Amino acid sequence: MNQEAIKERLVSAFGAEVIQGAVLFADQMAVTVVKDKILDVCRFLKTDPDLAFDLLSFVGGVDRHPASPRFEVVYQLYSMRHKHRFRIKAMVEEEQEGLGTIDSVVELWPTASWHERETAEMFGIEFTGHPDPRKLLLPEEWYVYPLRKDFPVEGTEDTPDLPAAQIREG
Amino acid sequence: MGIERSLSNNVLVTSLEWAVNWARKSSMWPLGFGLACCALEMIATFVSRYDLSRFGMEVARPSPRQADLMIVAGTASKKMLPAVLRIYEQMTEPRYVIAMGACACSGGIYKNYAVVQGIDRHLPVDVYIPGCPPRPEALLDGILQLHAKVMQEQSIRNPRITDILAAPK
Repeated sequence: MNQEAIKERLVSAFGAEVIQGAVLFADQMAVTVVKDKILDVCRFLKTDPDLAFDLLSFVGGVDRHPASPRFEVVYQLYSMRHKHRFRIKAMVEEEQEGLGTIDSVVELWPTASWHERETAEMFGIEFTGHPDPRKLLLPEEWYVYPLRKDFPVEGTEDTPDLPAAQIREG
Repeated sequence: MGIERSLSNNVLVTSLEWAVNWARKSSMWPLGFGLACCALEMIATFVSRYDLSRFGMEVARPSPRQADLMIVAGTASKKMLPAVLRIYEQMTEPRYVIAMGACACSGGIYKNYAVVQGIDRHLPVDVYIPGCPPRPEALLDGILQLHAKVMQEQSIRNPRITDILAAPK
């Protein structure tokens, strides 16, 4: 199936109000999906026999600061059976209190676990329903989100070399 | 010398301090670990082309309890730093540290939130070797500098204290 046909299939299944935007660039389609429907759309992409996206290549995030909604979560899919690829996005709003949330897709593709953990700790996006929501790469006691555009790349006093409990007294 | 001649030149007399220093620098066993790409240059220094065993240092110890020298070869990330300190604390006295490469000396190109900006913020470094990565000749030169430093030590009268817990700041 080519990219346009996959998109048409999604629109006919979910309607234009769920499958919002579609950008074709370099023969690759990226469709934007309503955040609350991400799990339904992913389940359809995986289980529909003509699509059969059985491999989740990647989950990542984008910070569009200062645009609103601020964050994108990007899912890169591949079908081993049909040898076609597809890319879907969901926009996540920055919340005034707490973190922006989106449903986890670990129940569909277990490989999403580490990708979502990294996206969560780097951008401050909460993946609801994730079975193991610990940090993946950053120290457990950090509460900063380093891949946000407004984070200073050289770090802050919130990114110490050692955990406070291990800093030696002089 | 009188005493040597009276023993038919079968005995050499020297100061105990010199002998201790000489023994230390001639069998300085490095710890077998590397943090990043500099470790490959360190491995090249160990094997036959550059042949660190010429200086009695071919025995890279996997256990810090048997090692004298820690070559911090590469980028120390903040996530790795507690493990590096733990290994250093397990090494026996006297212990020496070489900061190999720009990252271990200063953080190098990684001026960011995830990388320790120089291992000397946390460990007492004896020799700094710049380069990205330093060639094996540079590492050998740094090691020979360390050997020269060890030969200058007052190992009996004024032994060095590298206990980072006990050392005054």
